[in-house]
Formats: sequence, structure tokens, C-alpha cells
Amino acid sequence: MAVAKRIVLRFPQRLVDRPIVSRLVRDYNLDFNILKASVTQDDEGLMVLELSGQQNDYDRGIGYLTTSGVQIQSLSQDVLRNEERCTHCGACVTVCPPHAFEVDPVTRKVLFNDEKCVACGLCIKACPPRAMEVHF
Amino acid sequence: MAKTIGEINEKIKAGKAVVVTAEEIIGIARQDGMKAAAEKVDVVTTGTFAPMCSSGAYFNIGHAKPRIKLGGGRVYLNDVLAYAAFAAADLFIGANALPDDDPRNRVHPGEFNYGGGHVIEELVAGKDIRLSAMAYGTDCYPRKRLETWINIKDLNEAVLFNIRNAYQNYNIAANLSGKTIYTYMGVLKANLGNINYCSAGQLSPLLNDPCYKTIGIGTRIFLGGGVGYVAWQGTQHNPDVPRTEGSVPTRGAGTLAVIGDLKQMTARWLVGTSMLGYGCTLSVGIGVPIPILSEEMVRYTAVTDEEIFGAVVDYSEAYPNLKPDIIAEVSYAQLKSGLVTVQGKEVPTASLSSYSRAVEIANDLKQWILNGQFLLTSPVSPLPGVESGITFKPLKERPIND
Repeated sequence: MAVAKRIVLRFPQRLVDRPIVSRLVRDYNLDFNILKASVTQDDEGLMVLELSGQQNDYDRGIGYLTTSGVQIQSLSQDVLRNEERCTHCGACVTVCPPHAFEVDPVTRKVLFNDEKCVACGLCIKACPPRAMEVHF
Repeated sequence: MAKTIGEINEKIKAGKAVVVTAEEIIGIARQDGMKAAAEKVDVVTTGTFAPMCSSGAYFNIGHAKPRIKLGGGRVYLNDVLAYAAFAAADLFIGANALPDDDPRNRVHPGEFNYGGGHVIEELVAGKDIRLSAMAYGTDCYPRKRLETWINIKDLNEAVLFNIRNAYQNYNIAANLSGKTIYTYMGVLKANLGNINYCSAGQLSPLLNDPCYKTIGIGTRIFLGGGVGYVAWQGTQHNPDVPRTEGSVPTRGAGTLAVIGDLKQMTARWLVGTSMLGYGCTLSVGIGVPIPILSEEMVRYTAVTDEEIFGAVVDYSEAYPNLKPDIIAEVSYAQLKSGLVTVQGKEVPTASLSSYSRAVEIANDLKQWILNGQFLLTSPVSPLPGVESGITFKPLKERPIND
């Protein structure tokens, strides 16, 4: 069974200069698409990627990453909307590159489809009441 | 048959008034006709919820022992500068005020995460606010320093007083330049990448009474979740703009100055707001009831988004340089579809005004009237209309050569 999942990888400082993601292709037959990559203030690496392939290859690849010391989180938990704060104005709708926000034509409320979210963070500061929160 | 506000109020007290929202009147007028709708419906409620920059609050903190004269001193509320140029214990805080150490746009675009609008929201929410004051000291007001927590429940008066709200129509913003710009109309992407608008359209108060036949000075309204009043026409009130056949302005036109007791308002309807690269402001909820005194008022309140047009303005060049040029005229129905065609290009749209919150306000106000807890008012004086000759003048700059 083929799978495609978006995950957040955190590389501790000792792993930042090692080729790790490339082995997912070479040894585990997986494809990846890097959605975001950065090095944090503590010299840790952070990468958001979409990983796809067969389920058993995917599981083995994730096992390899974990034993290498890479921390893995699933992406959908990372950008959250504070429902108390959101006023459903709609300012986020055209700011979001993967179109994760959509206005319901009947209620005119803004729907946040976190499956589409790539955690780019553009909505965080563009949101007037600051309702979008990023948790890495 | 024409009705009076007195007659409508009698029906409200008797629990017999027919109250509908500015959305609901559209279907009623269509189905029953204007004449029958005028007989059937007594009040139409409107609503709007959006960033409204010319908002602020004043309050009296009570006298300290020994006394301090804040007037002429410097006062901060949660590090945000408040206006202290009244007597000893009165303060005014504007929605756009910022802490002295906010970096503004030094690194562009600045974030503007906390300002006067946020102080007002926290005050209304019942949170303690840190007051820090410096004064010069007098024989009768000897103190020069004051550091204290204040809370809305201890203030003598706390009053929301917004000098320009509820704009009757507004510019629709686009960006024709080659780089992203950060404006009070939100983030505008390069080369007509998006279009932002900010009006509740068919639910907006002044778009439902385009010639100010019923909304005037003294009109009782929904303000910030409580009851408020129209205090005056707002600043920049500009009735004499191009209008449609139905008298609806196609540019920013009338505005309202509104006032009300902050102590009975709620933080849901006064939300501190940050516009990236622009500044801090306050999103305000306002709803105005419109008495259906005649068939004419049905015609006005039954206005639809298809019949309300606004001007698309380039915020990279025309707006900053005060040029009157517009890119296009589009209807709010087109804007709300999510895509408009401008200069041959399909452009995605976004709103800064929350339509779902506007619906909620119109429904809340409707419920207040149905419950008999909110009576309508006759204006003490009308707002200036087209016939007033009022125009919105630009600044005439005169160089100082001394």
C-alpha cells in the first residue's frame, strides 16, 4: 500500500552535517519533497517534508530516522488555529500558498484545512487577531 | 402606511414587533413586494465587525493619596502610551498607540503585536492593566510618580469613544507593483496577486440607510457587545460621492462617531488587532437598527451585494500618493465569490471584515429588540447628507519659511 505523509523532522546539532534524508531514497525507496528547511538558534536542524512510498518502506524509513536520533512529529499538529481568537474575517485566505483556508459560501466562516497546510508560517503574522499559532 | 418610531416602540414593548435582519429583509421584499413588506416589518437590524482604527477609550482612574495630576504628564498602560492632557485623573487611549520600545517598521514588515487596541480588549475582558505615570508635581497635586494595577471594575467611568467607525462602503485594495506590500488593508501580493475588501456589504449599517433617513445623532446602537449611541457624524464623513440609482455610495462616504459605556461591553466584540507592517488597531462590532417607517426604507434595507459596488484602488502607487485613479469597480457579490476579474486577470479576494460576525451582531440586536430590552430612538439631529455640501478636503500644505 502506497502512503504519503507530511512530517516535521528535528535534527539535533550532532546530526546537522550528516547526510540522512538522502538515505531514505537510496536505501528505503522513498520519495521526498522538502516543504521547509531551517537551522534554529540552537543549531538544530528543522525540516518539513512530504515522504511517500510503500507502507513497509515508509515504516522502515521512519525506523531508520528514529534510530539515527532524528525526532519526528506529524505536521498537522504544528500549525493550529486558536478558535477563541479567530474572528473569521478571511485575511488569511489569499496569503496561504497551498490554499488551506476556504470561506464557507453559506456561513461565511473560514475553514482551516490542516491537511493542506505546509507549515510555511505566512498566515501567522498576516492574521490580524493573531489566531494562527505555530508549534514546532 | 407610514409608521412612527413611537408606534414601533409600543409594538416592541407589547412583544408584537416584527424584526428581521438586513439579510432576511431581502427575501421578504422579493416575495411580498415592497409595500407589503413595509406593512409587515417594523425593524431591520444591521451589523459589521472589522478593524476600525479611529477607536479609543477614555476613563477616570480616581484620585491617588497623595494626589497626582496626570494632565501634562506621561502615562503608560501596559507600556502603551495613553493621552494624558486633561485634568488629574482622566486618560484617553487610542487603538493605534504603541509601546515606546516597539520596533515599528525598523525591520519591515513590523509585527505590531501589542498596542492600544489590545489594552482596550484586555481592559474590557476584566484583566488588570499596569499603569505607570510621571507627572511634574504641584502644591495641590504633589506626587510625581505612580505605578499601580488598574481594573475596569474600579474605574469611575470607562467609555468607548470612536471618532470614526462604520464606514459607508470602502476602498477595495490591490497592488499593481512588483513586490508584496503591507498595508492597513492587509498583505497585498505583487502584480495584482490578491484583492482585499473591508465591508459587510448588504449587512453594513450605513449601506442600509444610504441617505441617513433614520440613523442620526443620538441613535441607540449595538456597540462592542453592549449598548451605545451615535454621538456625531464620524470624521471624514463625506456624503457627496458617486452613488448608484438606488442611492448607494460607490466610494467611502458616510461615517459614524460612536460612544458607549465600556463596562457593559465584551472582549468578543472589541478585539485587539495587528496589521503586519502597518500597526495596531481595534476590531469593533457595531449594529444599527433601522425602523421601517415607509416603503422607501424597505427599498433601502433590501439592498443586496449585487447592487453595492466599490472602487478597486492601487495601494502601491495611487493610494500613498493621494491620486484619485481607480483600477475598476466591482460588486460585493463578485468580491464574496472569491474571485474577481480585473484588468483581464482573475484575482482571488479576501475580506478583512468578518461577515459571519456581522450576521451574529444583526441577530443579537434582533433578539434584544424582540425581548423588549432595546427600544428605538429618533435622532436628535440628522447626519449631514448630500445637500449639506460637506466635502472631504485634502490637507492644504503651506510651507513654513521662517
